[in-house]
Amino acid sequence: MKPAPFRYADPRSVSEALEVLAAEEGATVLAGGQSLLPLLSMRLAAPTTLVDLNRVPGLDAVEVTGDGVRVGALVRHAGLLADRAAARVQPLLARATANVAHPAIRNRGTTVGSIAHADPSGEMTSVLALTGGSVAVAAPSGSGTVGWRDLFVGPLETSLPAAAVVTSAFFPALPPRSGTAFAEVARRKGDYAVCGAGVVVTLDEDRRVAAVRASYVSVGLVPEVHDLTEAVAGAPVEKADWAAAGALARTLVEPDGDLHASADYRRLLVGVLTERTLTEAAAEAAERTP
Amino acid sequence: MTTKLFGEPVRRREDARLITGRGRYLDDIGAGALAAAFVRSPHAHARIVDVDVDAALDVEGLVAIYTYEDLTGPLAEPLPVLIPHPQLHAPRTGYPLANGEVNHVGEPVVMVVATDRYVAEDAAERIAVTYEELPAVVGVDAARAAQHAVHEEIPDNVAARHHQETGDVEPALAASPRTLSFTQYVERSACMPLEGKGVHARWDADDRSLRVHTSTQASTSVRAAIAAKLQLSLDEVEVVAPDVGGGFGVKIVHPWPEELLVPMAAIALGREVKWTEDRREHFISSAHERQQRQEVSVGFDDDGRITALDVHVWHDNGAYTPYGIIVPIVTATQLVGPYVIPVYRVVVESVYTNTVIVTPYRGAGRPQGCFAMERTMDRIADALGLDRAVVRERNLIQPDQFPYDHHLTFQDGRPVIYDSGDYPALLGKLTALVGWDGVDALRDDAEARGKLLGVGMALYVEGTGPGPYEGGHVQVLGSGKVLVSTGLTTQGQGHETSFAQIVASELGVPIEDVEVTTGDTRRFPYAVGTFASRAAVMSGNAIALAARGVRVKALRIAADVLEADPGDLEIEDGVVQVRGTPGASIPLRTVAVLSNPLRYAFDEAAKQATQFATHDDTKPPVAEGDAPGLEHRDYYSPLRSTFASGAHAAVVEIDPATWEIDVVTYAVVHDCGNVVNPMIVEGQVHGGVAQGVGGALYERMAYDSDGQLQNASFMDFLMPYASEVPDIVIDHQQTPSPLNPLGIKGAGEAGVIPGSAALASAIEDAVGRRITSMPISPTELYDLMRSETAERTAASGRRTGVDA
Repeated sequence: MKPAPFRYADPRSVSEALEVLAAEEGATVLAGGQSLLPLLSMRLAAPTTLVDLNRVPGLDAVEVTGDGVRVGALVRHAGLLADRAAARVQPLLARATANVAHPAIRNRGTTVGSIAHADPSGEMTSVLALTGGSVAVAAPSGSGTVGWRDLFVGPLETSLPAAAVVTSAFFPALPPRSGTAFAEVARRKGDYAVCGAGVVVTLDEDRRVAAVRASYVSVGLVPEVHDLTEAVAGAPVEKADWAAAGALARTLVEPDGDLHASADYRRLLVGVLTERTLTEAAAEAAERTP
Repeated sequence: MTTKLFGEPVRRREDARLITGRGRYLDDIGAGALAAAFVRSPHAHARIVDVDVDAALDVEGLVAIYTYEDLTGPLAEPLPVLIPHPQLHAPRTGYPLANGEVNHVGEPVVMVVATDRYVAEDAAERIAVTYEELPAVVGVDAARAAQHAVHEEIPDNVAARHHQETGDVEPALAASPRTLSFTQYVERSACMPLEGKGVHARWDADDRSLRVHTSTQASTSVRAAIAAKLQLSLDEVEVVAPDVGGGFGVKIVHPWPEELLVPMAAIALGREVKWTEDRREHFISSAHERQQRQEVSVGFDDDGRITALDVHVWHDNGAYTPYGIIVPIVTATQLVGPYVIPVYRVVVESVYTNTVIVTPYRGAGRPQGCFAMERTMDRIADALGLDRAVVRERNLIQPDQFPYDHHLTFQDGRPVIYDSGDYPALLGKLTALVGWDGVDALRDDAEARGKLLGVGMALYVEGTGPGPYEGGHVQVLGSGKVLVSTGLTTQGQGHETSFAQIVASELGVPIEDVEVTTGDTRRFPYAVGTFASRAAVMSGNAIALAARGVRVKALRIAADVLEADPGDLEIEDGVVQVRGTPGASIPLRTVAVLSNPLRYAFDEAAKQATQFATHDDTKPPVAEGDAPGLEHRDYYSPLRSTFASGAHAAVVEIDPATWEIDVVTYAVVHDCGNVVNPMIVEGQVHGGVAQGVGGALYERMAYDSDGQLQNASFMDFLMPYASEVPDIVIDHQQTPSPLNPLGIKGAGEAGVIPGSAALASAIEDAVGRRITSMPISPTELYDLMRSETAERTAASGRRTGVDA
C-alpha cells in the first residue's frame, strides 16, 4: 500500500498551479488529500504529478455575505463547521459538515476538495445541489463559474477539464421563511452514509407550505434535487403531511444496493429521513416566518 | 507480605510507554533494512502457468526476486501442519511461495526485495503471472455441495470429520417428550489487530547467527521452525517478539511464509530484510474465523430440561489446515456450556474453501458453540412458553457437581472436566445486573418512544490455560532489581504489570524493582505461546513458582548471615528480616550479592562476596547441589485446562422505521477464579465485548462467488468504533481453580464468546422474528421483517395475543 512514483509540485499561485496542470498530462490537484491519498496508496490512482494547493495564498477564506457563503479551496471541513456567520446565512453547511467523517478527517479534508471529488456519498456535493450552489473554476483559458447541475457528470466525475482548479464553492443563502435539516443513517458513526437527506422547506406569508426540496447522499450516481412540493403544497405548516412527502420521495429516487444496504433499504431510508428532516425543517421555517 | 499486590487494580505500567509512542513495534526496527513485498494471487483458485519477472528487472533499487523455484531443501516443502490429529484425515498446507497452484486470493506467489517498500511494490506491480483459472469454492454450503473441489484429490472437500459422543443419541432423542430441530449460520470475521504481521531478519555472517524479530504470539516455536526450514542449528537462531500491537489469535499461527522467506533472503543477501504487512495483505492473506453451518436437534421434557443433544456442524476451514482442527474441537467441546447434557453427540465436518485460512480468533470456536447452545435454550423456552432464564437455570450444572466430567476430549487432548464454578449464582447475578425481571416495563417505555425493545442472554464456560507448560525465571540482582522472564509473548494484555504483581507479592519486593521480559528466546528459550487465555494461568503460575524458589534460597542465605532460622524470616519491601526483631535484617540485594561467591570485586557491593570477606572455610563456597546467584527457574504444567465461566445479557432498542439496532445495556458477569488485577480483567472483558458486538452487528467477510473479498479495507469491513461499543456493566464472581497454585483461570477470550448469542436473542425478543444467522445488519433485519417466510416466535404471538 505504497503509492506509485509521482512528481510533486507546490505552486505559490493558482496560475502557477494551472501551468503545471496544463504541462503535465495526468497531473492532479491535492488539497486535503483525505480521498486522494488512500487511492494513491492502494494504487487505484497513479497521477504523474501532484499539484499541492496548500501553499497557494488566499484560498483559505470563508466569505459570508447576505447572498450566501463562499468557501475557499483550502477551507477545511472543521473550519466551515465552526463558522457561525456561515451557519447563520446557510444553516445547512454546519448541519451537513457535522456528518462528514470524523474530526481528524474534518481537520484535514476540504469542503471544496470533496465537491471536486464528486463522490455521490459526500455530504457537500448534495448540499451544493440543494442550495443551488456553484463553483468558481480557474483554467488556462480563463476563469468562470459552473453551476452544480453542470458540474456533476457521474460518480467521481465532473465536467471540468483536467487542467483546472476549483478555487471556491458558493452556497446561496437560505431564502426567507425557510428552514433546513440534514440527517443521515450510517453503519458506524462517521462512516459514509448509507443514506443521507438534506431538505429545505419554504413557507408563504400565510405559513403555508410553498416549496419543499430534498437532496440525498449515497442515493443515485450524481447529486440531484427532488421537488417534493406537490405532496404538501398549500398545507398549513403545522398540518402538512410530511409522511406523504416521504412517500413521494421514495418514488423519485433510484438508489443502488451495495455491501451495506440493499436498494430497497436505501429507498426505505429516503422515505423515513425525508419525513423526519422535513418535520424538523418545517419547524425552523415556521420560526423564521412572522 | 505487605508488598501484597496480587488482586489489586494496579495501573498498567506499560501504558505510558505504549500510548506516548515509545513502544518498539516491528516496523520501528531496522530503519535501513531492505524491504520485501509480495505478488499475491488475484484469483481464488488457479494454476500458475508462467511467472515473468522481466519487466521488473530494470526497476532501480530492485535487489532480488524469489519464486517457488528459488526455494530449496525443507523450504520447498509444504508448511507444517502444526497440530496433527487422527481425525484430520486430509490435511493440506500451502508452500511459502505458491507451487504451481493458488487456492485463495492473497496467497503469496513471488517475493520482491528492494531498497525500500515503495520500490519493492513498483517492481512487484511489473511481474506478470499467468494463471489458468479453476472453479472457486466459496462458503461452507458450496464446500458441502462439493460440485467443485478445492484440492483435486479431496473431492468431497472434507479435511476432517471430528466426532464425539457421550451416549446413544438417537434413542435418547426418540424417547424425549419433545424435540426441536433447526439450522443456523455464523459468518466469517477476523482478529484484525491494529498492527499487522511483520518480520525483520538480520544475519551475522561472521558470527553465523540469525536474529529475527517477528510480530508473533509464539517466538520459541517460530525459532524452531526457522531453524528446521532453513537448516540452521537452533543455537544459531534468536527470535524476539518486540512490542506487538494486538494478536487475538492470528499471530499464534506460524511459521507464516514471510517468517521463513524474510530470514532466507537476509541470509542470501547478507543484508537486513524487513516485511511489514499492510492492511490489505492482512485481510486477504492472514487468517479469518467463525463461519459455520449448524444443524441442531434437541430433546427436552415439558419443564425444559434437555434430554439429548445432537449437533452437526459444517466448519469452513478455508484453503488449508495449518492449525489442524483446533477450532472445530473447541466448538464441539465448549458448546455444552454450563449445562447438564445427558446424551450428546457432535460431528464437525471441517471443509475446504478457496478463501483465507481459518485459525483461532479470540474465542476460537467458542462463540459458535455458545451460539448453538444458547439459541437452543431460547428455542426451548419459546416452545414451552417459559422464561429464557428459567429454562437455563433448570439445566445448569449445580455447585455440588464439581469436578464435573462431560466425558468429552478437549483441544489439549485431555478430558473436559470442569474444575470449579457456580453457575446458578452467575445467572442470579446476571438477571439482577440487567434487570431481567423488569424488562416488561422497559419494553413499554420503549414502545412509548416508538422503539422495539428486546433482551437476551447467553452463558458460557471457557476452557482456559491448556498446557503443555510454560516457564518462568526470576533473578534478583545485586542492585536490587528483580529480572523476570517468561517465554510466552505479549500483545498488549498488560503482562508487564500482572506478572510483576505476582512477583512483588510472592517475593516481597516493591513492584518498581521488577522488570518483566516476555517472548524473547534469548532470555527464555522454552515456551509454548500465548493463546487460549493461558498467559496468566500458565506463565503466571510458573513465575510464581520461580519467585517462591528465589524466596526459599534468599531466606536460606539470609538465615546464615542473620544466624536465624529461615522459618523466622520474612521479606518485606525488599528487606529480609527476623520477624518481630527490628534491626535484624538484610536487604535482598545484599543477599543477591552474597549468593554469588566472588574472587573479583568489580563494584562496591561485590566486595561483600569476595573470598577474603567471607570466613566460613568449613564448606565449599557453592554448596553441593546449589548454584551461584539468587535466581530460580521453574515450570508450570497443568493436569488439564481450567474452566472459567460467565454470563452476558444485552438490551437492544430497534427503530422500526430504519431497523437500526442500538445496544442500550450490556451486562457481564465474569468468573475467572482468583484475579491478579481486576482492572486488567475488566479491560479484557471490555475488549472482548467490543469484538463480540462487532461480530454480531458489524463485521463480516464479504466474499463474492468468485472468492474475491469485497470489503478488504477498514472502510468497508466495519470494525466497531468506540461509538458503536455499548457501555458495559460488570459484576464479578470468583471460584478459584483447584488446579493451579494461584487458583486462577484465563480471562482473555471470555468477553467475545456470548456476543452473537446474546444479541441474537435480544433482537429476536424485540422483533418477534427468528434470528437464524449472525451477524445481522439493519438492511438484513429489514429484509427479515418483510419476508413472508420468516418464522415468528411463539413469544411474540403470546405477547400480542396472536398465535404464531
